[in-house]
Amino acid sequence: MNAAHWTLSDLRRALRAGALTPSDAVEQLLQRIREHDSKINGYLHLNEEAARRAAAQADPNLPLGGIPIAIKDNINVAGEPCTCASKILRGYQAPYDATVITLLKRAGAIPLGRTNLDEFAMGSSTENSSVTTTKNPWDLQRVPGGSSGGSAAVVAGDLAIAALGSDTGGSIRQPAAFCGCVGLKPTYGRVSRYGLVAFASSLDQIGPLTKTVEDAALLLQVLAAPDVMDNTSRPQPVPDYQAALHQDISGLKVGVPREFFTEGLEPCVKRAVREAIDWFRDQGAIVVDLSLPHTPYAVAVYYIIATAEASVNLARFDGVRYGYRAPSPRDILDLYLRTREEGFGPEVKRRIILGTYVLSSGYYDAYYNRAQKVRYLLRRDFEEAFKRCDILLTPTSPTTAFKIGEKNQHPLAMYLADVFTISVNLAGIPGLSLPCGFSPEGLPIGLQILGPHFQEARILAAGHAYEKAHPWVRRRPTTLGDGQ
Amino acid sequence: MPNNRAVSAQKKIDVAYVAQLARIDLSEEELKTFETQLSQILDYVEMLSRVDISGVPETPIDPHLPTNVLRADEPRPSLDRALALALAPQASGHLWVTPKVVES
Repeated sequence: MNAAHWTLSDLRRALRAGALTPSDAVEQLLQRIREHDSKINGYLHLNEEAARRAAAQADPNLPLGGIPIAIKDNINVAGEPCTCASKILRGYQAPYDATVITLLKRAGAIPLGRTNLDEFAMGSSTENSSVTTTKNPWDLQRVPGGSSGGSAAVVAGDLAIAALGSDTGGSIRQPAAFCGCVGLKPTYGRVSRYGLVAFASSLDQIGPLTKTVEDAALLLQVLAAPDVMDNTSRPQPVPDYQAALHQDISGLKVGVPREFFTEGLEPCVKRAVREAIDWFRDQGAIVVDLSLPHTPYAVAVYYIIATAEASVNLARFDGVRYGYRAPSPRDILDLYLRTREEGFGPEVKRRIILGTYVLSSGYYDAYYNRAQKVRYLLRRDFEEAFKRCDILLTPTSPTTAFKIGEKNQHPLAMYLADVFTISVNLAGIPGLSLPCGFSPEGLPIGLQILGPHFQEARILAAGHAYEKAHPWVRRRPTTLGDGQ
Repeated sequence: MPNNRAVSAQKKIDVAYVAQLARIDLSEEELKTFETQLSQILDYVEMLSRVDISGVPETPIDPHLPTNVLRADEPRPSLDRALALALAPQASGHLWVTPKVVES
């Protein structure tokens, strides 16, 4: 069987046993990508020669020695493009490694391939990419979710062993749910953001997209570290995530927030998540019904704060020092105005305009300040909840993957799709999405597990226990070859 | 200019003005489309004006965030200049070239 179908854990075992070499694994993966990626357009760029060179020198005894990892195209890898799926960064070649990449390389991993995303990570379907449309391997007429749609699609389609994504309002978890893989957004401050192209600096986090919960734990082990280059990263001790997977979950208090089970939830999603909650109860967990009362305000809070922060972070894209520059500018102002008009896509422009507006004089109090105060209340909702429970269980998304083109005419409709993931970023707590079933159409359904700050070990353990008893991961999409 | 301008019931952004602030030269068509779309979004976020924020501190600090992360003011290696200049749309020697900045 082509090694591309393996989990990270299985590949690691095989490499350490000498069953194959890192070069073999890379070649097999590249072969599968060559044969099938054109069906889903997950990859924007493949650095075959660099990957082969790294594989030839890889030491399988390192924690991720010889393991190829696909990288979302908004994380800088030295010498490679970092387009953020935007015209404004075409031609840009990263002059440095993001800290997560330094850590991966030090652990022996091989960055292989750059995956598609919504432009500057702004979107929930990957349809906002200026480069190509990525398709969901489970149904090529449907979106993979976003913004880390490329990463989720290649993992789900066995065109990657594992991938890195970024999550600002759900951009790892929602595509993981739509594509039937595992996605983890760490606690804000757990993983360095240095080298991640900033979208919303108080919300962004890098995290793993993998086939199993154990694989996510193995990747997080390498990524989690304080960093002098990111002064929002925390020096919290890093537990042994893999060892923690086997914690006993009987007696675990599982909170179920009412606001995540209102109408708008697709019936099959409600059923699958309820069944998962019942399973936890059958294992001896105590299910606690509770409320996160400010949930209905989360999307509004997010679209003020995230766009405000984005308007600031994207001010640097001005055609001066790197990337696209509008031709024959009359003067510096004309350079800025035309470079940004021609270089940014519509969703990015929309968010910059909105963000600029809510920060502007006369409106700052009414919008930005007020949103930050409601954010405080959202965070307090979670703090109160975690006094009564150890984890929260919710659906990751109200629906399964929608069709390409279905929601991208109505920005607000697209924003509302993030309702279950968005408050998690606003509060800074960690969130895990993993498969918990399939719709009657055969589309994956995601279960979201939330925990208090820096309790990744707890949510990974809960996810691992559920996954062991429910091997949804064994079911693979059939659109990309026959599994050989 | 009042510091807390009352937000009118019919939410309309002066998109052309804000676009100028954001240094984006929107087309006529974009101006029209964005005005409609952003108006809908502003109507939606209006719900926040109904939240009771009386218990919230004026500057709501997240206790999980670090404060005053400082280091000694000592020079350290930084981005290699050649690598940085290699990205320039237009360069001359060790300088980035841009259109004129100062009015003549």
